[in-house]
Amino acid sequence: MSETNKSAVHEHTHAKDANVLELLKERQNKFGYISEDFIAETAKNFNMPVGEVYGVATFYSFLSTKLKGRNVIRVCRSVPCFLKNSEMIVNALKKQLGTDIDETTADNRFTLELTNCIGECDKSPAIMINHDVYGDLTPEKLTAILAKYE
Amino acid sequence: MPEIKIVLKNVGVVNPKDINSYIQHDGFKALEKALAMTQAAIIDELKASGLRGRGGAGFPTGMKWEMTMKAPGDVKYLICNADEGEVGAFKDRYLLENDPFTLVEAMAITCHAIGAKKAYLYVREEYHFVLDQLKDAVSQADKKGFLKGINIEVYEGAGAYVCGEESALMDSIEGKRGEVRYKPPFPPVRGLFGKPTVIDNVETLMNVPQIILNGSKWYAGFGTEKSKGTKALSVSGDVKRPGVYEMVLGSTMRELVEGLAGAENVKFIQVGGATGRIVPASSLDTPLTFETLLSAGPITVFNQSRDVIDVVYRTVEFLAEESCGKCTPCRQGTETFVQIMERFDKGQGKESDILDLQSLSTTMILCSLCGLGQAAPNPVVDTLQHFRSAYEERIAKVKVG
Repeated sequence: MSETNKSAVHEHTHAKDANVLELLKERQNKFGYISEDFIAETAKNFNMPVGEVYGVATFYSFLSTKLKGRNVIRVCRSVPCFLKNSEMIVNALKKQLGTDIDETTADNRFTLELTNCIGECDKSPAIMINHDVYGDLTPEKLTAILAKYE
Repeated sequence: MPEIKIVLKNVGVVNPKDINSYIQHDGFKALEKALAMTQAAIIDELKASGLRGRGGAGFPTGMKWEMTMKAPGDVKYLICNADEGEVGAFKDRYLLENDPFTLVEAMAITCHAIGAKKAYLYVREEYHFVLDQLKDAVSQADKKGFLKGINIEVYEGAGAYVCGEESALMDSIEGKRGEVRYKPPFPPVRGLFGKPTVIDNVETLMNVPQIILNGSKWYAGFGTEKSKGTKALSVSGDVKRPGVYEMVLGSTMRELVEGLAGAENVKFIQVGGATGRIVPASSLDTPLTFETLLSAGPITVFNQSRDVIDVVYRTVEFLAEESCGKCTPCRQGTETFVQIMERFDKGQGKESDILDLQSLSTTMILCSLCGLGQAAPNPVVDTLQHFRSAYEERIAKVKVG
């Protein structure tokens, strides 16, 4: 293993057509996160420093090096949603899920996160659950929305 | 009200999922006309129209295309920037949802003009829900034979505001961290994979088919001398009617936010999102033009109940998180802004903080690698100018005696 790493460090020429980001997105979508082993393996396959692959994995907000819950809730915390009471939505979700921000429910069903502007400012406050967008939210609407997700 | 629908022309009129509906409304007639023109003739029309980039930078579109077309080499790229991440911006989302075929036709025309055989439509992952519609629009156009010799790839980002910056966007398409590149060289000389590249915003491209079909003189008939055409603006915040409005350039901010969007008791508006300018209510008669103030189009309205310091604090927090980290002025500067604004937010500002904010702002404006760092000081500088007392009230009182 150490021999391969040494050669990866000394001659990091990228493999032709290697798109590390696409590879990591594929992994993220399939397994829900990108493990350190996968990062090391990718680096080895493409003759890149491990740090460079790790750098891509940790740069983008939809990629994660930690396993999260089955469903990720992202509440927009940017100013336009804040003006329309996004904090009420955050507090309602914390209460319903019994978790704090960046925590996962005990049954692994939901992870609660804050995110930056998702471009739904005409329907604020808004959230994403996985890739689904929900806008014009009130705390009362949340139960039915959460019920859709296993 | 100087509302005119050029980029919004097909919204609610054309079925975004059916190319036949688009064809019935003059769809692909502009492409047919362009294919019978030389590259130089197409580009001359774009130059004469006065169209400038609608993603915030306002660079003359025709000039950008010409530089790329004339660059040596056979391989050229077009990238449509649909990474709309500016706070309060949703006009590109609205265009992608409602009129994808105009964008596809525009991209085909642009590829022919600059000599590109491959184009990328880079969409932020937060707009994942519109990805299938975009891919389908490209596929339908391809099946009808409108995309001969061109390959349009819909490429999804992975969540990074800075990837809206054109060079970070290119690094992202290349599969890397979205870090900003040193410029020069600029994309028309050395861009994606090192090749001459045009990067245009969604809205910029949405103007192209009608410019070709109706002619550059028609387009140049709208707007002011230096700001031709219209602008799509996404209005949010303390307004009765949030949404996307298309105004002739030169219309005033008041006409938009009070007249159309129904704002009342305005304290200030933020034009251009987190890196935008803060405009006090007294300046609402300022016209929306490149020469005065325009941006990519997001406008958030704040009424008298809103706290200036809180808004600036939240804004610099956003910028510090989204900074790509490559250059020190932005990476360290945005963090320092957060530390200082946190003190003001808690009523614990120091006397020296205001001078520090001003001096830091000057450094970042001069020395940051890209627009994020260069414009991060905007909310700070503008509020220090127009709402100085808001800061002074939050300076911690020192006990005397």
